[in-house]
Amino acid sequence: MTETILAAPRFSRRTALQVGAGGIALGMSAWRSAAQAQISSIKVGFPVPLTGPYGSEAADQVRCAQLAIEDFNRTGGLKGRLAELLVRDDKLNPAEAVTRTLELIEKDRADLIVGSLSGAVQLAVNEACKARGVTYNALSLSDRINEATDFSPTTYHEGMAPYFSVGALGRYVFANMGKKVAYLIADYEFGYEMRRAFQVVGDQMGAQAVLDVKHPLGMQDFSSLFPKILNAKPDILCLLNFGRDQLNALKQAGEFGLKDRMKIVVGALSSTQRIAGGADAYSDVIGASNYYWAAEDRYPSSKAFNAAYAAKYSGAVPSDYGSYGYGGVRSMLELARKAGSVEASALTAAVGSGFMFDLYKGPQTIRACDHQSVQAVFILRSKAEAQMKSPKDTFEIVTVAESDESKLRTCAELGHKT
Amino acid sequence: MADISFGLIALQVLTGLALGCIFVLVATGLTLIFGMLNVVNFAHGAFYAAGAYIGVFAFGYTGNFWISLVVVPVVMAVLGMFTERYLLRPLYGRDMSYPLLLTFGLGYVVIELIRILFGTDGIPFSAPAALKGSMFLGDFSFPRYRLFVMGFTAVMLVGLWLFIEKTPFGLIVRAGARDAEIVKVLGIDTSKVWLLIFALGTAIAGIAGFLAAPMRGVIPEMGVTVLIEAFVITVIGGMGSLPGAIIAGLLMGVVVSITSYFAADFSSIVMFAIMAVILIVRPQGLLGRPEAAR
Amino acid sequence: MPEAVQIANSRSGSATLAVAHSIEKHRVAAVVMVLAILPVVLPYPALAINILIFGLFATGFNLLFGYTGLLSLGHAALFGAGAYGCGIAIAKLGLDLFSAVLCGVALALLVSAVIGALAIRTRGVYFGMVTLALAQCLYFIFYQWVSVTGGESGLRGVSVKRIDLGPLHVDLLNPMQKYYFFLLFVAVALAGISRILRSPFGAVIEGIRENENRARASGYSLDVMKWMSFVLSGAFCGLAGALNAIHLGIVSIETLFYTTSGTVVMMTLLGGMGTFFGPFVGAALFLALEDIASNWTTHWQLVAGLIFIACVRFFPKGVWGSVLARTVG
Repeated sequence: MTETILAAPRFSRRTALQVGAGGIALGMSAWRSAAQAQISSIKVGFPVPLTGPYGSEAADQVRCAQLAIEDFNRTGGLKGRLAELLVRDDKLNPAEAVTRTLELIEKDRADLIVGSLSGAVQLAVNEACKARGVTYNALSLSDRINEATDFSPTTYHEGMAPYFSVGALGRYVFANMGKKVAYLIADYEFGYEMRRAFQVVGDQMGAQAVLDVKHPLGMQDFSSLFPKILNAKPDILCLLNFGRDQLNALKQAGEFGLKDRMKIVVGALSSTQRIAGGADAYSDVIGASNYYWAAEDRYPSSKAFNAAYAAKYSGAVPSDYGSYGYGGVRSMLELARKAGSVEASALTAAVGSGFMFDLYKGPQTIRACDHQSVQAVFILRSKAEAQMKSPKDTFEIVTVAESDESKLRTCAELGHKT
Repeated sequence: MADISFGLIALQVLTGLALGCIFVLVATGLTLIFGMLNVVNFAHGAFYAAGAYIGVFAFGYTGNFWISLVVVPVVMAVLGMFTERYLLRPLYGRDMSYPLLLTFGLGYVVIELIRILFGTDGIPFSAPAALKGSMFLGDFSFPRYRLFVMGFTAVMLVGLWLFIEKTPFGLIVRAGARDAEIVKVLGIDTSKVWLLIFALGTAIAGIAGFLAAPMRGVIPEMGVTVLIEAFVITVIGGMGSLPGAIIAGLLMGVVVSITSYFAADFSSIVMFAIMAVILIVRPQGLLGRPEAAR
Repeated sequence: MPEAVQIANSRSGSATLAVAHSIEKHRVAAVVMVLAILPVVLPYPALAINILIFGLFATGFNLLFGYTGLLSLGHAALFGAGAYGCGIAIAKLGLDLFSAVLCGVALALLVSAVIGALAIRTRGVYFGMVTLALAQCLYFIFYQWVSVTGGESGLRGVSVKRIDLGPLHVDLLNPMQKYYFFLLFVAVALAGISRILRSPFGAVIEGIRENENRARASGYSLDVMKWMSFVLSGAFCGLAGALNAIHLGIVSIETLFYTTSGTVVMMTLLGGMGTFFGPFVGAALFLALEDIASNWTTHWQLVAGLIFIACVRFFPKGVWGSVLARTVG
């Protein structure tokens, strides 16, 4: 930005030199700050499964992440350094995710990596980031990533731990819906994590597990599992699976009359599946979720987040998984602001001295030993068609389990030396 | 374990048979194509998914399930004819791997086209009102729609059998499956036969997809696991054998159902394990031609 | 197609022929030279390393498919066995890199010996089906054996940060150093494959591909030859898997799934089956295409599928095979 120099009435050579020098100096400082802004923007790598069965969730995460970047930049960034989002497609495949992460670290010089919708993928990305000392904030539900064997000082976890979310769900369900429970478990880590969590809370609340049925991932037809479940006569059937599996299981459970004989609970409720499945299949199902837009009745930060999202994306509401894109990116950037730097060691130190934030779903904090984001969990009931006031009015918040560190597994249990 | 009643077992077997019907339909199309054209059709799963999407689209347009049920095989047959005539026929002279590999790529293309046209999330689809609800069998309820699928499959198979056993065209198909050379020597235009067989196989796959839609949901990836299951069934029954596909399909449905009762997480691998055993012990399958395999 | 130069039918000038002939003679060196400049040419080193690894995988597969004429649809089992063997050796047993790679190759040899023995009894499409089924069984076993393999979450902790060979230090976190270190392994493997192909054994397996009955009539025990080809193929694919484990720092369960088998078939066909360099060309094209197309559109599978169909339909010799056919007649 060079100022226009008006011709002085008496133009001498000295004046010309002074003016020229001034002009060059100004020009150079402008070039330097432009170059600086280019070189030192904070690069946030964002590998998410844009292709594959969770493409919609991933797309919403990208939208929310972009909003987070804008909110951060608008409030001044990190001492003038602005953030930039680098989105990549990990194709829901751990090997591909690692390749993208290496690309982000080696070629794009990313300062932070945030992402993933799959437990296996985030463990893989964590491994790559861990080895290279790059900060990674994992967004997917997982108990494993907090454990000492996978954890490292660069690992952060905005996603919930099933131990915590299911614990909250179990406390509601076993107090209000019955004590005899049958579990339908998807045969993978996430399914087992939810099952273990239910066992803990079930023992505390006096629930009785009458049946455990495991099913392979991607099972399309659950009909052969129902006779056994019906025969066990539980009060509650808990579906510990996700995505299409959950959708199909619910649909078919309704067709085989299970919904008339028992209450249905899902370990992890997702708005995308609810929309794909329809109000009918999901009606009266209870589940745990990390975010629902109606939280705005309770938390001003949710109201602000919903409003900003609606303003940017034509009146839509952010989804549960999408909101992790916002929280995951923004919380790390705010932590960097507190630390005064984006260096991994500075961030860890800033967490160590206590980091509290309230960005989109009420008060949150990051626990020092395992960098777990301690947050609220929403227990939701899916509304029947007749009860919906508008297409986005899919759920009713039954209860909110507030952010409570005591409900997580202890640091010692996870293998951390305190 | 003391709780296993006869009713429970009967229900388990019944669900197995219903499960098997979809296996049978997809395997039938696959085995027809292999038996007659010697082509391993890796796009078969994609055609299954395409049939479901076409049917759901037609339903959205007409609001009528039965009309859609007719539209599906017609559109799929055209797709099948196009594939055979322009993509596969030029490859017949060469090694058998080529048509296999081409259909492999075709599968990717068709599924991606489905994603582009209809989105990646899937479309909710339920049984028509006439077929909703359940029948009560003792203590348990069984969806009426599944009984319909079993009945419809039986009707289709009878129709197919009549076509192959009782019509002149069916005679050509049977002869061609035995010895394609002789049929050509007898002056029959085998290219028309190939076209129609591929169209028929594709149409059956499409119907299977549409019939499965209310039970399993409609997503672009719906045909991927079905394809592998179809291969397993076809191999077990004997590639090229229609009765083999039917028997193996129903049998495997029941086997998976019974396995699901005792150890559901093994239900997916039990089919592959049986396939491996059959291939090692009797590679031509239950009813296939022995000379083809070794 | 054998790369033997057909002088009588050649359309090219004698100078081109002479160059082609000497490249053919020193084909390993030629390929290694091309691979050596690869990381400089590509946008980021991780892509180059993937090409190196999958190129080796495809070359191993090509030994069975392109040269012996057997289409296996279960080669993921061999790649995965190599990966898990090496990964478990490092993550769970704490072995050093070289021993771990040997473990990976050993496990792949074992798996290929077993699958090969069972599959060789069949031919044509049945061979493909057996390999597919057995590979899926192996996938299931590894999926369930969570304590050893990590199951669906994958095996983590395959972390080797540096290698010290006497005075030589290789920093495996430095992508370029990692690339050239892996290139050493690949060069040795290629030399091995080239030797095998040039040996009498190599001639026999090509004979099997061309005309099985004739080969049998010439007095060879076909089953043994085919089995050996399968096992050797397994060794090289296993080596590729082992390198993959070290490269990524993890082994994912998808490594054993049939989609991986499909990928290597596509790469080999794309590049040119039965040619020495074809598989690398195929791997490079496939991975680069996927990379470019996925930056551009989420529907990159459409592009990949269409190109694949075009290749099968119009360029059955593959890209490199067609190039060879054109330049040397």
